[in-house]
Amino acid sequence: MSAEWDVIVIGGGHAGCEAAAASARAGARTLLLTHKLETIGEMSCNPAIGGLGKGHLVREIDALDGIMGRISDVSGIQFRLLNRSKGPAVRGPRTQSDRKLYREAMQAELAATVNLTIEAGAVEDLIFDEGVCKGAICSDGREYRAHGVVLTTGTFLKGMIHRGQERIPAGRVNEAPSIGLSDTLYGLGLQMGRLKTGTPARLRKSSISWEELDMQPADPDPVPFSFMTDKITVPQIECGISRTTEETHRIISENIDQSAVYSGAIAGRGPRYCPSIEDKVVRFADRTSHQIFLEPEGLDDDTVYPNGISSSLPDDVQDAFLRTIPGLANVEVVRYGYAIEYDYVDPRELDATLQLRKAPGLWLAGQINGTTGYEEAAAQGLMAGLNAAFAAEGKDPLILSRSEAYIGVMIDDLITRGVTEPYRMFTSRAEYRLMLRADNADQRLTEKAIELCFAGPARIERFQTKMGELERAREMARSRSLTPPEAKKAGISVNADGKRRNVFDLLAYPDVDWDMITAVWPELAELSEETVEQIEIDALYSGYLERQQADILAFRRDEAVRIPTGFDFGSVGGLSNEAREKLERARPETLGQASRIEGVTPGALTAVLAHLKRKQKDAS
Amino acid sequence: METTIYALSTAPGRAGVAIIRISGPKAGDVLDVMTAGRRPAARGAALRRLQNTEGEVFDEALVLWFPGPASFTGEDCAELQVHGGLAVIETAFETLETLGCVPAEAGEFTRRAFENDRIDLTEAEGLADLIEAETEGQRRQALAQMTGALRGLYEEWRESLISILASVEGEIDFPDEGDVPDALSHRAFEPLVILIASMQEHLDDGRRGERIRTGFTIALIGAPNAGKSSLLNKLAGRDAAIVTDIPGTTRDIIEVRVTMGGYPVIISDTAGLREAVDAVEAEGVKRALDRAVQADLRIGVVDARSDEELADLQGRLHDDDLLVLNKLDLAPGASADGAYPLSAKSGEGISDLEARIEAIVQERLSARELPALSRARHRKNVETASEALGRALSQLAAAPELAGEDIRLAIRSLESLTGRVDVEDVLDRVFSQFCIGK
Ligand SMILES: Cc1cc2nc3c(=O)[nH]c(=O)nc-3n(C[C@H](O)[C@H](O)[C@H](O)COP(=O)(O)OP(=O)(O)OC[C@H]3O[C@@H](n4cnc5c(N)ncnc54)[C@H](O)[C@@H]3O)c2cc1C
Ligand SMILES: Nc1nc2c(ncn2[C@@H]2O[C@H](COP(=O)(O)OP(=O)(O)O)[C@@H](O)[C@H]2O)c(=O)[nH]1
Ligand SMILES: [Mg+2]
Repeated sequence: MSAEWDVIVIGGGHAGCEAAAASARAGARTLLLTHKLETIGEMSCNPAIGGLGKGHLVREIDALDGIMGRISDVSGIQFRLLNRSKGPAVRGPRTQSDRKLYREAMQAELAATVNLTIEAGAVEDLIFDEGVCKGAICSDGREYRAHGVVLTTGTFLKGMIHRGQERIPAGRVNEAPSIGLSDTLYGLGLQMGRLKTGTPARLRKSSISWEELDMQPADPDPVPFSFMTDKITVPQIECGISRTTEETHRIISENIDQSAVYSGAIAGRGPRYCPSIEDKVVRFADRTSHQIFLEPEGLDDDTVYPNGISSSLPDDVQDAFLRTIPGLANVEVVRYGYAIEYDYVDPRELDATLQLRKAPGLWLAGQINGTTGYEEAAAQGLMAGLNAAFAAEGKDPLILSRSEAYIGVMIDDLITRGVTEPYRMFTSRAEYRLMLRADNADQRLTEKAIELCFAGPARIERFQTKMGELERAREMARSRSLTPPEAKKAGISVNADGKRRNVFDLLAYPDVDWDMITAVWPELAELSEETVEQIEIDALYSGYLERQQADILAFRRDEAVRIPTGFDFGSVGGLSNEAREKLERARPETLGQASRIEGVTPGALTAVLAHLKRKQKDAS
Repeated sequence: METTIYALSTAPGRAGVAIIRISGPKAGDVLDVMTAGRRPAARGAALRRLQNTEGEVFDEALVLWFPGPASFTGEDCAELQVHGGLAVIETAFETLETLGCVPAEAGEFTRRAFENDRIDLTEAEGLADLIEAETEGQRRQALAQMTGALRGLYEEWRESLISILASVEGEIDFPDEGDVPDALSHRAFEPLVILIASMQEHLDDGRRGERIRTGFTIALIGAPNAGKSSLLNKLAGRDAAIVTDIPGTTRDIIEVRVTMGGYPVIISDTAGLREAVDAVEAEGVKRALDRAVQADLRIGVVDARSDEELADLQGRLHDDDLLVLNKLDLAPGASADGAYPLSAKSGEGISDLEARIEAIVQERLSARELPALSRARHRKNVETASEALGRALSQLAAAPELAGEDIRLAIRSLESLTGRVDVEDVLDRVFSQFCIGK
């Protein structure tokens, strides 16, 4: 039976938007099905994009011609480059977003995307054809057929909101959960579990005494997310900083048994890095105060997001403790905080393209895979959308490795190690952190987008111009060198070892700056600021990167040994039960992945390799 | 190009034979150097004197030579069946290192054999067991001689690596958190300094390498006629020193080399400590004192019948020195706190003293270190780690991401000692120490 669509994306959250756009960009006839058109691009929680690790993900999405970076640039109202004083590898772009601007820009972007159709509908069930996912059925009976389906339903699967003793089935506040779909997934025999997260109360801006607060401004020179953005033109705002008091903590402690989390009502695990204020008070009992950022949710929005005090206490307790916070004595709550518990699918059920191994044709992306955060969701959406499109077109998948991208690190972590709490990106998760920088995401990835034909013409042109200039500049820097006496004359002291040092070598000395270089070679002064910055970064990290090269080669060698899908680990003799169970559960696709599974020994690895080799031999 | 690897394929012990296997392109050259050009015929075994790269002979061994590809691993292979003493094994290892060989990784011999198709793939079923056994054997050997103190040391290292990295990563990944101090990584400074010092000490380890080459020195000291020369002869098993009942017979220093606890030991007999009657003897006494000061261990010898001698010597001995009450046959039942009552004449009580000396030698020369098999690799890893941490220290303030890189490198190279430090361990530490969560 012929399908109307190549790819159906279910869910218009951050994963879904990026998936739909990517699939359409890759040339697939794409349908986005989501509950309501108006909530497409909604930020469920904190209206902010980026940060350490997360900002890196946004840059990578952008380098693959994704949309999150550009949307953030036209809706960001408080850009700050985190770790500005540290090295380029660990600088993270972040902004607070105007929630409305973000949503509107996202909706406009998708509306203008060719190959993409958007319809409202609540998906109840999926269509399977001989075990392969072939479409979706809405609650009103509409059916849609496709070559592949990308499921990005976020926190909606059997979502349950908790506030005090109250329990409300919901995907987000005032939005109905998805029950039918969750049952469909259970029906596939997938390993699933419950996770939880929470959100703070929203406050009325005009009820806050701003004059009592310290204010934090945006950076004077906002650094955009997208390689396509030249300048941020959205007005920038300040946010307020306040703190909880001992009185706040006293009220929370006294009412702790009324918190949904502490009364034992919630079974799912929450993230340790995003604790509720109840958690903070209990776990860090010795601290008498915690910082709170008061972030306006938009330029002309009367709502403020108090960052740092998510809570599932009953309304009256939330009111009481909020009023003990400086600046909030007369605060008016627009909406109370809550905790939400939802189903997720154990990501070890997925292959490296994010397709379910037990249900080919069905890709999962976003919070449904046990992650948290818009950026993590969008990055997965992008990869799932692309790969669903490629599969429909009969093309090879795109898989990014740990040595190429944070996206690769995240997906590899998810599918080989699973999650025990909602997964969030940190730079410390990347073993090749110096190489996977926000500044060079395009140099690492855009070429792939061009090769696989999913980059737009504007992107291609801009990228090629930049790379042309960069290559020329690198060549200039490589070919210009000084002997030690010449260097000395230029005011650069180096060992008198007779070795010539080129521009990169010279820049690696801590006291050498670009002015000293252009003093020697005036022709280098014409290079753009952006190009010079890249040259300086190259020089700064070159020693470390060279040392890492050997590691990366060894890493790639094991990555290149592929374990075929459906490989029967039970048929490998000599594997301990423990190793076999772990391998069967994670179903690694490469020997490298297998080696990262905890409990898989060198012996087990070699046995697997031996088995693969024998099969190869038998086959030839 | 493939490296040339080596490993001990028998448990290191004091007695018997130890088999060292070598595999890789350099195996032949290595044999040529170690046998002074007398490499045995292919697939043959021959008795050869083994020498180090300086040309010093250190053992006589059965040497086997299997050129590839018809060898166990498919590469050029050699086998040295040396005398099992630790000193010999270590000299062999040192020589192999100097010649550019590297200690084998866990299961590497079997893995190479397999990769070169030397193990029939139908046998591959048993491969995991084989490698597990090889790995497990290596691990057990590595742990066998690891004393509680050493294990404690590695645990300390692991702890401090986690907390050092947590400070650095915490500062990098959570820059905008109210609860995370700005200069968090500065907290890594002190633990880094301590850790580096601890590794340096571990590497220096009381000039251990030197002592293994030159021998562990023991000085016998005591009053004239206490029985020092007699004791020396007993320990040496031959008449090395002249024994008379004329006080002051031993005027110069007599040294004998013996093997105790698998290590070379040099025992020196010295002139008696008393007012010298002539110039020659005076010089002897002076040297005795010098020697006693320099020695790794002093054994005080007193005549069990003389309380003055006992009192005099007790003042000269260090806490961990030994005291012998000699002539037990003339003073049956003599005893003193911590002293070894014995008779150098009849031999009674000597074996207790010997056992104690052996234990001390082993403890000082090997227990603070790793067992022979894994030592070379571990040593190299500790060196790499300590260098990396040194660089990290200098980058801590200016570029925490580079410090982080070096600390991660150090952690990777120490994994064989400390066990794996996963990013989750580090994040755990960050999250339990700081209240993260805006
Ligand atoms: C209360 C709360 C607090 C959070 N706190 C934080 C935080 O502090 N920090 C942080 O980084 N992240 C937080 N998050 C997570 C962040 O919002 C999500 O990780 C991110 O939005 C996930 O994106 P997604 O695309 O996977 O899902 P979502 O953004 O949840 O989008 C899901 C979309 O799917 C649609 N949908 C669902 N089911 C169906 C169906 N059956 N048929 C059709 N459409 C459907 C929904 O309407 C929605 O548009 C929080 C989320 C919530 C709900
Ligand atoms: N009865 C007895 N005589 C001993 C013993 N040890 C040494 N002597 C004697 O004591 C004298 C001095 O011994 P010697 O070893 O030369 O003492 P030194 O001066 O300390 O080196 C010799 O006559 C030895 O035979 C012992 O254990 N028992
Ligand atoms: Mg004497």
